[in-house]
Amino acid sequence: MDYAIQQILNALSFGAEYALIALGLAIVFSIMGLVNFAHGEVIAFGGYSMVIVGTLLTRNPFLLMGAVLLACVLVSVLLERVAFRTVRKADLTTGLLTAFGVSIILQNLFLLLGSPRPIPATQFIFLDRTITLGAVQVSSLQIYETLATAVAIGFLLFFLRRTTLGLAMRAAALDFEMVRLCGLRANRVIATAFAVSGLLAGLACIFIMARRGSVLPHMGFDPVLTAFVACVIGGFGSLPGAVLGGFLLGAVEVAVLVLLPQSYGGLAQAVVFALVALILVWRPDGILSPAREKGDKV
Amino acid sequence: MLEIQDLKVTHGPIEAVHGIALTVAEGACVTLLGPNGAGKTSTLSAITGTARSTGLIRLAGTDISRLPVEARAKRGIAISPEGRRIFSNLTVRENLVMGAAGRRDKSAIGSDIRGWFEQFPILGERRDQPAGTLSGGEQQMLAIARALMSRPRILLLDEPSLGLAPQITARIFDIIGDLKRQGITILLVEQNATAAIELSDYVYVLNNGLISSEGPAERYGDGSALMDQITGVHG
Ligand SMILES: Nc1ncnc2c1ncn2[C@@H]1O[C@H](COP(=O)(O)OP(=O)(O)OP(=O)(O)O)[C@@H](O)[C@H]1O
Ligand SMILES: [Mg+2]
Repeated sequence: MDYAIQQILNALSFGAEYALIALGLAIVFSIMGLVNFAHGEVIAFGGYSMVIVGTLLTRNPFLLMGAVLLACVLVSVLLERVAFRTVRKADLTTGLLTAFGVSIILQNLFLLLGSPRPIPATQFIFLDRTITLGAVQVSSLQIYETLATAVAIGFLLFFLRRTTLGLAMRAAALDFEMVRLCGLRANRVIATAFAVSGLLAGLACIFIMARRGSVLPHMGFDPVLTAFVACVIGGFGSLPGAVLGGFLLGAVEVAVLVLLPQSYGGLAQAVVFALVALILVWRPDGILSPAREKGDKV
Repeated sequence: MLEIQDLKVTHGPIEAVHGIALTVAEGACVTLLGPNGAGKTSTLSAITGTARSTGLIRLAGTDISRLPVEARAKRGIAISPEGRRIFSNLTVRENLVMGAAGRRDKSAIGSDIRGWFEQFPILGERRDQPAGTLSGGEQQMLAIARALMSRPRILLLDEPSLGLAPQITARIFDIIGDLKRQGITILLVEQNATAAIELSDYVYVLNNGLISSEGPAERYGDGSALMDQITGVHG
Protein backbone atom coordinates (compact mmCIF):
# COMPACT_ATOMS: atom_id res chain seq x y z
CA MET A 1 0.00 0.00 0.00
CA ASP A 2 2.63 2.57 1.01
CA TYR A 3 4.66 1.41 -1.94
CA ALA A 4 1.76 2.14 -4.25
CA ILE A 5 1.20 5.59 -2.73
CA GLN A 6 4.89 6.37 -2.99
CA GLN A 7 4.93 5.39 -6.64
CA ILE A 8 1.79 7.35 -7.44
CA LEU A 9 3.33 10.40 -5.82
CA ASN A 10 6.49 9.75 -7.78
CA ALA A 11 4.52 9.68 -11.01
CA LEU A 12 2.59 12.83 -10.08
CA SER A 13 5.70 14.82 -9.23
CA PHE A 14 7.58 13.71 -12.35
CA GLY A 15 4.48 14.52 -14.37
CA ALA A 16 4.08 17.89 -12.66
CA GLU A 17 7.58 18.98 -13.64
CA TYR A 18 7.10 17.88 -17.24
CA ALA A 19 3.69 19.51 -17.37
CA LEU A 20 5.02 22.87 -16.12
CA ILE A 21 7.76 22.95 -18.72
CA ALA A 22 5.56 21.54 -21.48
CA LEU A 23 2.97 24.26 -20.81
CA GLY A 24 5.67 26.89 -21.21
CA LEU A 25 6.60 25.46 -24.59
CA ALA A 26 2.98 25.04 -25.69
CA ILE A 27 1.91 28.59 -24.82
CA VAL A 28 4.59 30.10 -27.01
CA PHE A 29 4.10 27.55 -29.79
CA SER A 30 0.33 27.95 -29.87
CA ILE A 31 0.44 31.65 -30.60
CA MET A 32 3.56 32.06 -32.70
CA GLY A 33 4.47 28.62 -34.01
CA LEU A 34 7.88 28.70 -32.33
CA VAL A 35 9.37 25.63 -30.65
CA ASN A 36 11.36 27.44 -28.01
CA PHE A 37 14.28 25.14 -27.26
CA ALA A 38 15.93 27.98 -25.34
CA HIS A 39 13.29 27.41 -22.66
CA GLY A 40 15.78 25.16 -20.83
CA GLU A 41 18.26 28.00 -20.61
CA VAL A 42 15.56 30.18 -19.05
CA ILE A 43 15.41 27.53 -16.33
CA ALA A 44 19.20 27.47 -16.01
CA PHE A 45 19.24 31.28 -15.87
CA GLY A 46 16.86 31.02 -12.93
CA GLY A 47 19.40 28.73 -11.26
CA TYR A 48 22.29 31.14 -11.83
CA SER A 49 20.21 34.08 -10.61
CA MET A 50 19.60 32.09 -7.46
CA VAL A 51 23.36 31.65 -6.98
CA ILE A 52 24.02 35.35 -7.53
CA VAL A 53 21.16 36.73 -5.47
CA GLY A 54 21.78 34.05 -2.83
CA THR A 55 25.42 35.05 -2.40
CA LEU A 56 25.07 38.81 -2.72
CA LEU A 57 21.68 39.78 -1.35
CA THR A 58 19.71 37.35 0.74
CA ARG A 59 19.69 33.78 1.90
CA ASN A 60 16.00 33.88 2.74
CA PRO A 61 14.63 31.01 0.62
CA PHE A 62 11.25 32.65 0.03
CA LEU A 63 12.76 35.90 -1.22
CA LEU A 64 15.07 33.77 -3.35
CA MET A 65 12.08 31.96 -4.86
CA GLY A 66 10.63 35.33 -5.80
CA ALA A 67 13.95 36.30 -7.36
CA VAL A 68 14.07 33.08 -9.39
CA LEU A 69 10.54 33.60 -10.72
CA LEU A 70 11.27 37.23 -11.58
CA ALA A 71 14.57 36.36 -13.27
CA CYS A 72 12.92 33.70 -15.44
CA VAL A 73 10.08 36.02 -16.49
CA LEU A 74 12.50 38.81 -17.35
CA VAL A 75 14.93 36.68 -19.33
CA SER A 76 12.10 34.99 -21.21
CA VAL A 77 10.61 38.34 -22.26
CA LEU A 78 14.08 39.64 -23.06
CA LEU A 79 14.83 36.66 -25.35
CA GLU A 80 11.65 37.36 -27.28
CA ARG A 81 12.67 40.99 -27.64
CA VAL A 82 16.23 40.45 -28.85
CA ALA A 83 16.08 37.08 -30.61
CA PHE A 84 12.61 35.91 -31.57
CA ARG A 85 10.95 39.16 -32.59
CA THR A 86 13.23 39.46 -35.60
CA VAL A 87 12.26 36.00 -36.91
CA ARG A 88 8.58 36.28 -36.04
CA LYS A 89 7.49 36.31 -39.67
CA ALA A 90 9.94 33.60 -40.72
CA ASP A 91 8.98 29.96 -41.17
CA LEU A 92 9.00 27.20 -38.58
CA THR A 93 12.52 25.95 -39.35
CA THR A 94 14.07 29.41 -39.05
CA GLY A 95 12.42 29.85 -35.68
CA LEU A 96 13.58 26.43 -34.53
CA LEU A 97 17.17 27.10 -35.60
CA THR A 98 17.11 30.49 -33.91
CA ALA A 99 15.92 28.87 -30.70
CA PHE A 100 18.70 26.28 -30.88
CA GLY A 101 21.19 29.05 -31.53
CA VAL A 102 20.00 31.05 -28.55
CA SER A 103 20.12 27.91 -26.44
CA ILE A 104 23.73 27.16 -27.40
CA ILE A 105 24.86 30.77 -26.95
CA LEU A 106 23.32 30.93 -23.49
CA GLN A 107 24.82 27.59 -22.44
CA ASN A 108 28.24 28.84 -23.48
CA LEU A 109 27.72 32.14 -21.67
CA PHE A 110 26.88 30.20 -18.52
CA LEU A 111 30.00 28.11 -19.13
CA LEU A 112 32.22 31.18 -19.57
CA LEU A 113 30.81 33.38 -16.84
CA GLY A 114 29.96 30.54 -14.49
CA SER A 115 31.74 27.24 -14.42
CA PRO A 116 31.61 23.91 -16.26
CA ARG A 117 31.36 22.27 -12.83
CA PRO A 118 28.20 22.36 -10.70
CA ILE A 119 27.92 25.48 -8.55
CA PRO A 120 26.15 24.67 -5.29
CA ALA A 121 22.96 26.53 -4.41
CA THR A 122 21.31 24.66 -1.59
CA GLN A 123 18.78 27.12 -0.19
CA PHE A 124 15.79 25.16 -1.52
CA ILE A 125 16.93 21.73 -0.39
CA PHE A 126 14.91 22.14 2.81
CA LEU A 127 11.79 21.55 0.68
CA ASP A 128 12.88 17.95 0.25
CA ARG A 129 12.33 16.06 3.49
CA THR A 130 11.00 12.65 4.21
CA ILE A 131 7.71 13.00 6.01
CA THR A 132 5.44 10.38 7.47
CA LEU A 133 1.76 10.53 6.55
CA GLY A 134 0.03 7.90 8.65
CA ALA A 135 1.98 4.76 7.89
CA VAL A 136 3.46 6.06 4.63
CA GLN A 137 6.80 7.74 4.20
CA VAL A 138 6.86 10.23 1.35
CA SER A 139 9.01 13.07 0.06
CA SER A 140 7.64 16.49 0.96
CA LEU A 141 9.11 17.96 -2.23
CA GLN A 142 6.95 15.67 -4.32
CA ILE A 143 3.85 16.85 -2.51
CA TYR A 144 4.80 20.53 -2.90
CA GLU A 145 5.59 19.99 -6.53
CA THR A 146 2.27 18.34 -7.30
CA LEU A 147 0.29 20.92 -5.34
CA ALA A 148 2.17 23.91 -6.76
CA THR A 149 1.63 22.63 -10.28
CA ALA A 150 -2.08 22.16 -9.64
CA VAL A 151 -2.29 25.73 -8.29
CA ALA A 152 -0.29 27.08 -11.25
CA ILE A 153 -2.61 25.34 -13.69
CA GLY A 154 -5.56 26.78 -11.79
CA PHE A 155 -4.16 30.31 -12.09
CA LEU A 156 -3.39 29.78 -15.74
CA LEU A 157 -6.96 28.64 -16.39
CA PHE A 158 -8.26 31.70 -14.58
CA PHE A 159 -5.95 33.96 -16.57
CA LEU A 160 -6.91 32.38 -19.90
CA ARG A 161 -10.66 32.50 -19.20
CA ARG A 162 -11.17 35.66 -17.19
CA THR A 163 -8.75 38.30 -18.43
CA THR A 164 -8.77 40.05 -21.77
CA LEU A 165 -5.11 39.26 -22.36
CA GLY A 166 -5.80 35.61 -21.57
CA LEU A 167 -8.70 35.53 -24.02
CA ALA A 168 -6.48 37.24 -26.56
CA MET A 169 -3.85 34.53 -26.16
CA ARG A 170 -6.41 31.80 -26.81
CA ALA A 171 -7.83 33.76 -29.74
CA ALA A 172 -4.36 34.45 -31.14
CA ALA A 173 -3.67 30.72 -31.23
CA LEU A 174 -6.39 30.54 -33.85
CA ASP A 175 -6.23 33.84 -35.75
CA PHE A 176 -3.60 36.34 -34.67
CA GLU A 177 -4.46 38.89 -37.33
CA MET A 178 -8.06 39.00 -36.14
CA VAL A 179 -6.82 39.73 -32.61
CA ARG A 180 -4.90 42.71 -33.96
CA LEU A 181 -8.01 43.80 -35.86
CA CYS A 182 -9.73 43.91 -32.47
CA GLY A 183 -7.18 46.54 -31.40
CA LEU A 184 -4.76 44.50 -29.30
CA ARG A 185 -1.06 45.02 -29.93
CA ALA A 186 0.66 41.91 -31.26
CA ASN A 187 3.81 42.70 -29.28
CA ARG A 188 1.84 42.87 -26.09
CA VAL A 189 0.15 39.50 -26.64
CA ILE A 190 3.43 37.80 -27.52
CA ALA A 191 5.32 39.40 -24.63
CA THR A 192 2.60 38.13 -22.29
CA ALA A 193 2.98 34.62 -23.69
CA PHE A 194 6.72 34.72 -23.03
CA ALA A 195 6.18 36.15 -19.55
CA VAL A 196 3.75 33.38 -18.61
CA SER A 197 6.06 30.80 -20.14
CA GLY A 198 8.97 32.25 -18.11
CA LEU A 199 6.93 32.18 -14.92
CA LEU A 200 6.21 28.47 -15.41
CA ALA A 201 9.90 27.87 -16.15
CA GLY A 202 10.74 29.68 -12.90
CA LEU A 203 8.44 27.43 -10.92
CA ALA A 204 10.00 24.35 -12.52
CA CYS A 205 13.43 25.83 -11.75
CA ILE A 206 12.62 26.12 -8.03
CA PHE A 207 11.76 22.41 -7.85
CA ILE A 208 14.71 21.35 -9.98
CA MET A 209 17.01 23.35 -7.69
CA ALA A 210 15.42 21.81 -4.61
CA ARG A 211 16.26 18.39 -5.99
CA ARG A 212 19.73 19.09 -7.39
CA GLY A 213 21.09 21.72 -5.02
CA SER A 214 23.44 22.96 -7.73
CA VAL A 215 23.45 24.59 -11.16
CA LEU A 216 25.02 23.49 -14.42
CA PRO A 217 25.02 25.29 -17.79
CA HIS A 218 22.99 22.58 -19.51
CA MET A 219 20.74 21.66 -16.59
CA GLY A 220 17.60 22.81 -18.41
CA PHE A 221 18.16 21.01 -21.65
CA ASP A 222 17.11 17.47 -20.72
CA PRO A 223 13.92 18.50 -18.90
CA VAL A 224 12.92 20.61 -21.91
CA LEU A 225 13.59 17.73 -24.27
CA THR A 226 11.34 15.50 -22.16
CA ALA A 227 8.71 18.24 -21.98
CA PHE A 228 8.93 18.53 -25.75
CA VAL A 229 8.05 14.84 -25.99
CA ALA A 230 5.16 15.47 -23.58
CA CYS A 231 3.92 18.22 -25.92
CA VAL A 232 4.15 15.89 -28.90
CA ILE A 233 2.17 13.18 -27.11
CA GLY A 234 -0.50 15.61 -25.98
CA GLY A 235 -0.75 17.39 -29.33
CA PHE A 236 1.68 20.22 -30.00
CA GLY A 237 0.29 23.64 -29.21
CA SER A 238 -2.60 22.31 -27.14
CA LEU A 239 -2.36 23.47 -23.51
CA PRO A 240 -4.52 20.68 -22.05
CA GLY A 241 -2.46 18.36 -24.26
CA ALA A 242 0.77 19.61 -22.69
CA VAL A 243 -0.55 18.92 -19.18
CA LEU A 244 -1.93 15.54 -20.16
CA GLY A 245 1.26 14.61 -22.00
CA GLY A 246 3.39 15.67 -19.03
CA PHE A 247 1.48 13.60 -16.49
CA LEU A 248 1.19 10.66 -18.89
CA LEU A 249 4.93 10.69 -19.44
CA GLY A 250 5.52 10.83 -15.68
CA ALA A 251 3.19 7.89 -15.13
CA VAL A 252 4.71 5.81 -17.93
CA GLU A 253 8.21 6.52 -16.67
CA VAL A 254 7.40 5.42 -13.13
CA ALA A 255 5.40 2.41 -14.32
CA VAL A 256 8.30 1.26 -16.46
CA LEU A 257 10.72 1.64 -13.55
CA VAL A 258 8.39 -0.29 -11.25
CA LEU A 259 7.37 -3.05 -13.63
CA LEU A 260 10.65 -3.63 -15.42
CA PRO A 261 12.97 -6.07 -13.63
CA GLN A 262 15.92 -4.32 -11.94
CA SER A 263 18.44 -5.73 -14.38
CA TYR A 264 16.66 -4.01 -17.25
CA GLY A 265 16.76 -0.62 -15.50
CA GLY A 266 18.94 0.80 -18.26
CA LEU A 267 16.18 0.15 -20.77
CA ALA A 268 13.66 2.36 -19.00
CA GLN A 269 14.17 5.33 -21.36
CA ALA A 270 13.95 3.06 -24.39
CA VAL A 271 10.67 1.54 -23.21
CA VAL A 272 9.24 5.01 -22.51
CA PHE A 273 10.07 6.19 -26.00
CA ALA A 274 8.74 3.01 -27.56
CA LEU A 275 5.43 3.67 -25.81
CA VAL A 276 5.50 7.26 -27.05
CA ALA A 277 6.03 5.97 -30.57
CA LEU A 278 3.03 3.67 -30.15
CA ILE A 279 0.84 6.57 -29.01
CA LEU A 280 1.88 8.49 -32.11
CA VAL A 281 0.99 5.54 -34.34
CA TRP A 282 -2.44 5.60 -32.78
CA ARG A 283 -2.79 9.42 -32.96
CA PRO A 284 -0.17 10.94 -35.25
CA ASP A 285 -1.03 14.51 -34.20
CA GLY A 286 -0.96 13.76 -30.48
CA ILE A 287 -3.86 12.92 -28.23
CA LEU A 288 -5.47 16.36 -27.98
CA SER A 289 -4.24 17.88 -31.20
CA PRO A 290 -5.38 21.49 -31.50
CA ALA A 291 -7.52 22.90 -34.30
CA ARG A 292 -6.07 22.48 -37.76
CA GLU A 293 -5.74 26.11 -38.68
CA LYS A 294 -2.78 27.75 -37.01
CA GLY A 295 -2.62 31.45 -36.35
CA ASP A 296 -0.55 33.59 -38.65
CA LYS A 297 2.59 34.67 -36.96
CA VAL A 298 1.75 38.35 -37.53
CA MET B 1 -15.57 60.08 -42.14
CA LEU B 2 -13.42 57.97 -44.44
CA GLU B 3 -11.60 59.38 -47.44
CA ILE B 4 -9.38 57.38 -49.76
CA GLN B 5 -7.29 58.75 -52.62
CA ASP B 6 -5.13 57.06 -55.20
CA LEU B 7 -5.12 53.77 -53.29
CA LYS B 8 -2.94 51.00 -54.67
CA VAL B 9 -2.93 47.66 -52.88
CA THR B 10 -0.30 44.98 -53.35
CA HIS B 11 0.05 41.38 -52.22
CA GLY B 12 3.75 40.75 -52.64
CA PRO B 13 4.46 41.21 -56.34
CA ILE B 14 0.77 41.33 -57.32
CA GLU B 15 -1.01 44.65 -57.49
CA ALA B 16 -4.69 43.96 -56.77
CA VAL B 17 -6.00 47.56 -56.69
CA HIS B 18 -4.54 50.09 -59.11
CA GLY B 19 -5.40 53.50 -57.69
CA ILE B 20 -8.93 54.19 -56.55
CA ALA B 21 -10.67 57.03 -54.73
CA LEU B 22 -13.58 56.51 -52.39
CA THR B 23 -15.43 58.52 -49.75
CA VAL B 24 -17.78 57.49 -46.97
CA ALA B 25 -19.62 60.35 -45.29
CA GLU B 26 -20.50 60.20 -41.61
CA GLY B 27 -23.67 58.17 -41.03
CA ALA B 28 -23.78 56.96 -44.62
CA CYS B 29 -23.90 53.42 -45.92
CA VAL B 30 -21.66 53.05 -48.95
CA THR B 31 -21.48 49.86 -50.97
CA LEU B 32 -18.52 48.54 -52.88
CA LEU B 33 -19.72 46.06 -55.50
CA GLY B 34 -17.72 43.89 -57.82
CA PRO B 35 -17.13 40.38 -59.14
CA ASN B 36 -14.78 37.80 -57.62
CA GLY B 37 -11.20 38.96 -57.63
CA ALA B 38 -12.09 42.60 -58.32
CA GLY B 39 -10.09 43.78 -55.30
CA LYS B 40 -12.88 44.43 -52.79
CA THR B 41 -11.30 42.54 -49.91
CA SER B 42 -7.92 44.01 -50.83
CA THR B 43 -9.39 47.49 -50.48
CA LEU B 44 -10.76 46.72 -47.03
CA SER B 45 -7.45 45.11 -46.04
CA ALA B 46 -5.67 48.31 -47.01
CA ILE B 47 -8.05 50.29 -44.80
CA THR B 48 -7.53 47.99 -41.81
CA GLY B 49 -3.80 47.81 -42.47
CA THR B 50 -3.51 44.08 -43.09
CA ALA B 51 -2.44 44.55 -46.72
CA ARG B 52 0.33 46.80 -48.06
CA SER B 53 -0.87 49.90 -49.82
CA THR B 54 0.13 53.33 -51.04
CA GLY B 55 -2.06 56.40 -51.23
CA LEU B 56 -4.08 58.37 -48.76
CA ILE B 57 -6.42 56.85 -46.19
CA ARG B 58 -7.98 59.52 -44.03
CA LEU B 59 -10.19 58.73 -41.05
CA ALA B 60 -12.03 61.64 -39.46
CA GLY B 61 -9.49 64.01 -40.98
CA THR B 62 -6.23 62.27 -40.04
CA ASP B 63 -4.11 60.13 -42.31
CA ILE B 64 -3.96 56.59 -40.89
CA SER B 65 -2.20 54.94 -43.82
CA ARG B 66 1.06 54.49 -41.92
CA LEU B 67 -0.37 53.19 -38.68
CA PRO B 68 -0.16 49.52 -37.71
CA VAL B 69 -3.30 47.38 -37.70
CA GLU B 70 -4.05 47.66 -33.98
CA ALA B 71 -3.63 51.44 -33.91
CA ARG B 72 -6.16 51.83 -36.74
CA ALA B 73 -8.60 49.63 -34.85
CA LYS B 74 -8.15 51.82 -31.78
CA ARG B 75 -8.87 54.91 -33.87
CA GLY B 76 -12.22 53.57 -34.90
CA ILE B 77 -11.96 51.08 -37.74
CA ALA B 78 -13.78 47.81 -37.18
CA ILE B 79 -14.36 44.96 -39.58
CA SER B 80 -16.57 41.96 -39.97
CA PRO B 81 -14.14 40.19 -42.29
CA GLU B 82 -14.61 37.89 -45.23
CA GLY B 83 -15.34 34.41 -43.88
CA ARG B 84 -16.40 36.02 -40.55
CA ARG B 85 -13.31 34.76 -38.70
CA ILE B 86 -15.01 34.48 -35.34
CA PHE B 87 -12.84 32.94 -32.62
CA SER B 88 -14.39 29.48 -32.73
CA ASN B 89 -12.52 28.27 -29.63
CA LEU B 90 -13.90 31.13 -27.53
CA THR B 91 -17.46 31.41 -26.27
CA VAL B 92 -19.92 33.83 -27.83
CA ARG B 93 -19.50 36.20 -24.88
CA GLU B 94 -15.72 35.96 -25.00
CA ASN B 95 -15.81 36.87 -28.70
CA LEU B 96 -17.64 40.06 -27.80
CA VAL B 97 -15.13 40.82 -25.03
CA MET B 98 -12.36 40.44 -27.61
CA GLY B 99 -14.16 42.92 -29.84
CA ALA B 100 -13.81 45.50 -27.08
CA ALA B 101 -10.18 44.62 -26.30
CA GLY B 102 -8.82 47.89 -27.66
CA ARG B 103 -11.31 50.05 -25.82
CA ARG B 104 -10.45 52.35 -22.93
CA ASP B 105 -13.81 52.64 -21.15
CA LYS B 106 -13.81 49.09 -19.81
CA SER B 107 -16.73 49.75 -17.48
CA ALA B 108 -19.31 50.03 -20.26
CA ILE B 109 -18.34 46.73 -21.90
CA GLY B 110 -20.67 44.61 -19.78
CA SER B 111 -23.71 46.72 -20.62
CA ASP B 112 -22.78 46.79 -24.31
CA ILE B 113 -22.65 42.99 -24.33
CA ARG B 114 -26.07 42.83 -22.69
CA GLY B 115 -27.31 45.27 -25.33
CA TRP B 116 -26.18 42.97 -28.12
CA PHE B 117 -27.78 39.97 -26.45
CA GLU B 118 -31.06 41.92 -26.43
CA GLN B 119 -30.66 42.83 -30.07
CA PHE B 120 -29.70 39.25 -31.02
CA PRO B 121 -31.47 37.00 -28.49
CA ILE B 122 -30.14 33.90 -30.20
CA LEU B 123 -26.60 34.97 -29.31
CA GLY B 124 -27.73 35.59 -25.74
CA GLU B 125 -29.09 32.08 -25.48
CA ARG B 126 -25.79 30.70 -26.69
CA ARG B 127 -23.56 33.07 -24.75
CA ASP B 128 -21.46 30.37 -23.07
CA GLN B 129 -21.30 28.08 -26.07
CA PRO B 130 -18.12 27.87 -28.18
CA ALA B 131 -18.70 30.25 -31.07
CA GLY B 132 -17.67 27.51 -33.49
CA THR B 133 -20.93 25.70 -32.76
CA LEU B 134 -23.05 28.59 -34.12
CA SER B 135 -24.75 28.40 -37.51
CA GLY B 136 -23.43 30.51 -40.37
CA GLY B 137 -26.04 33.23 -39.89
CA GLU B 138 -25.43 33.36 -36.14
CA GLN B 139 -21.69 33.56 -36.73
CA GLN B 140 -22.27 36.50 -39.06
CA MET B 141 -24.33 38.28 -36.39
CA LEU B 142 -21.56 37.59 -33.91
CA ALA B 143 -18.91 38.94 -36.28
CA ILE B 144 -20.92 42.16 -36.71
CA ALA B 145 -21.57 42.51 -32.97
CA ARG B 146 -17.90 41.82 -32.20
CA ALA B 147 -16.87 44.56 -34.62
CA LEU B 148 -19.32 47.03 -33.07
CA MET B 149 -18.14 46.21 -29.53
CA SER B 150 -15.25 48.60 -30.18
CA ARG B 151 -17.76 51.42 -30.80
CA PRO B 152 -16.03 52.20 -34.09
CA ARG B 153 -16.25 55.31 -36.22
CA ILE B 154 -16.80 53.14 -39.27
CA LEU B 155 -17.91 49.55 -39.74
CA LEU B 156 -16.45 47.58 -42.65
CA LEU B 157 -18.53 44.59 -43.75
CA ASP B 158 -16.98 42.10 -46.17
CA GLU B 159 -19.63 40.00 -47.93
CA PRO B 160 -21.81 39.40 -44.88
CA SER B 161 -24.30 37.39 -46.95
CA LEU B 162 -21.74 34.99 -48.38
CA GLY B 163 -22.76 31.35 -48.09
CA LEU B 164 -26.03 32.02 -46.27
CA ALA B 165 -29.53 30.79 -47.17
CA PRO B 166 -31.84 33.41 -48.74
CA GLN B 167 -33.96 33.95 -45.58
CA ILE B 168 -30.84 34.33 -43.44
CA THR B 169 -29.36 36.72 -45.99
CA ALA B 170 -32.53 38.80 -45.78
CA ARG B 171 -32.22 38.86 -41.99
CA ILE B 172 -28.57 39.99 -42.19
CA PHE B 173 -29.52 42.84 -44.55
CA ASP B 174 -32.32 43.81 -42.15
CA ILE B 175 -29.74 44.03 -39.41
CA ILE B 176 -27.46 46.20 -41.54
CA GLY B 177 -30.46 48.46 -42.27
CA ASP B 178 -31.09 48.75 -38.52
CA LEU B 179 -27.46 49.66 -37.88
CA LYS B 180 -27.67 52.35 -40.54
CA ARG B 181 -30.76 53.79 -38.89
CA GLN B 182 -28.86 53.83 -35.60
CA GLY B 183 -26.44 56.21 -37.32
CA ILE B 184 -23.52 53.83 -37.79
CA THR B 185 -21.24 54.66 -40.71
CA ILE B 186 -20.90 51.61 -42.96
CA LEU B 187 -18.72 50.54 -45.85
CA LEU B 188 -20.35 47.40 -47.24
CA VAL B 189 -18.66 45.03 -49.67
CA GLU B 190 -21.10 42.79 -51.52
CA GLN B 191 -21.80 40.74 -54.60
CA ASN B 192 -25.52 40.74 -53.88
CA ALA B 193 -26.14 44.05 -55.69
CA THR B 194 -29.92 44.14 -55.34
CA ALA B 195 -30.01 43.82 -51.56
CA ALA B 196 -26.99 46.07 -51.02
CA ILE B 197 -28.23 48.91 -53.23
CA GLU B 198 -31.57 48.93 -51.47
CA LEU B 199 -30.03 50.02 -48.20
CA SER B 200 -27.11 52.13 -49.37
CA ASP B 201 -26.72 55.81 -50.14
CA TYR B 202 -23.87 55.58 -52.61
CA VAL B 203 -22.41 52.81 -54.75
CA TYR B 204 -18.97 52.09 -56.17
CA VAL B 205 -18.43 49.31 -58.69
CA LEU B 206 -14.98 47.78 -58.72
CA ASN B 207 -13.66 45.82 -61.69
CA ASN B 208 -10.13 44.46 -62.05
CA GLY B 209 -8.83 46.78 -59.36
CA LEU B 210 -10.34 49.97 -60.78
CA ILE B 211 -13.61 51.74 -60.14
CA SER B 212 -15.65 51.31 -63.29
CA SER B 213 -18.75 53.17 -62.15
CA GLU B 214 -20.03 55.10 -59.14
CA GLY B 215 -23.03 57.15 -58.14
CA PRO B 216 -25.95 57.60 -55.75
CA ALA B 217 -27.77 54.33 -55.11
CA GLU B 218 -30.94 55.56 -56.84
CA ARG B 219 -29.07 55.70 -60.12
CA TYR B 220 -28.70 51.93 -60.16
CA GLY B 221 -32.43 51.22 -59.87
CA ASP B 222 -33.05 47.86 -58.29
CA GLY B 223 -29.53 46.79 -59.14
CA SER B 224 -30.49 43.98 -61.47
CA ALA B 225 -28.40 45.39 -64.33
CA LEU B 226 -25.39 45.50 -62.02
CA MET B 227 -26.17 42.07 -60.69
CA ASP B 228 -25.93 40.64 -64.22
CA GLN B 229 -22.65 42.42 -64.75
CA ILE B 230 -21.21 41.13 -61.48
CA THR B 231 -22.32 37.55 -61.76
CA GLY B 232 -21.53 37.43 -65.45
CA VAL B 233 -25.08 36.52 -66.44
CA HIS B 234 -26.22 38.33 -69.57
CA GLY B 235 -29.75 38.74 -70.76
N1 LIG C 1 -2.96 37.28 -49.96
C1 LIG C 1 -2.92 37.37 -51.30
N2 LIG C 1 -1.80 37.01 -51.97
C2 LIG C 1 -1.74 37.10 -53.31
N3 LIG C 1 -2.72 37.55 -54.07
C3 LIG C 1 -3.86 37.92 -53.48
C4 LIG C 1 -4.02 37.85 -52.06
N4 LIG C 1 -5.26 38.28 -51.75
C5 LIG C 1 -5.83 38.61 -52.93
N5 LIG C 1 -5.01 38.40 -53.95
C6 LIG C 1 -5.30 38.66 -55.38
O1 LIG C 1 -5.75 39.99 -55.50
C7 LIG C 1 -6.86 40.06 -56.37
C8 LIG C 1 -8.03 40.71 -55.66
O2 LIG C 1 -8.45 39.84 -54.62
P1 LIG C 1 -9.54 40.27 -53.57
O3 LIG C 1 -9.58 39.19 -52.54
O4 LIG C 1 -9.29 41.63 -53.11
O5 LIG C 1 -10.86 40.21 -54.44
P2 LIG C 1 -12.37 40.31 -53.97
O6 LIG C 1 -12.98 41.38 -54.80
O7 LIG C 1 -12.48 40.44 -52.52
O8 LIG C 1 -12.92 38.91 -54.46
P3 LIG C 1 -14.02 37.95 -53.77
O9 LIG C 1 -15.35 38.45 -54.19
O10 LIG C 1 -13.72 36.61 -54.38
O11 LIG C 1 -13.80 37.98 -52.31
C9 LIG C 1 -7.12 38.66 -56.85
O12 LIG C 1 -6.53 38.50 -58.11
C10 LIG C 1 -6.44 37.79 -55.85
O13 LIG C 1 -5.95 36.60 -56.44
MG1 LIG D 1 -13.27 39.29 -51.06
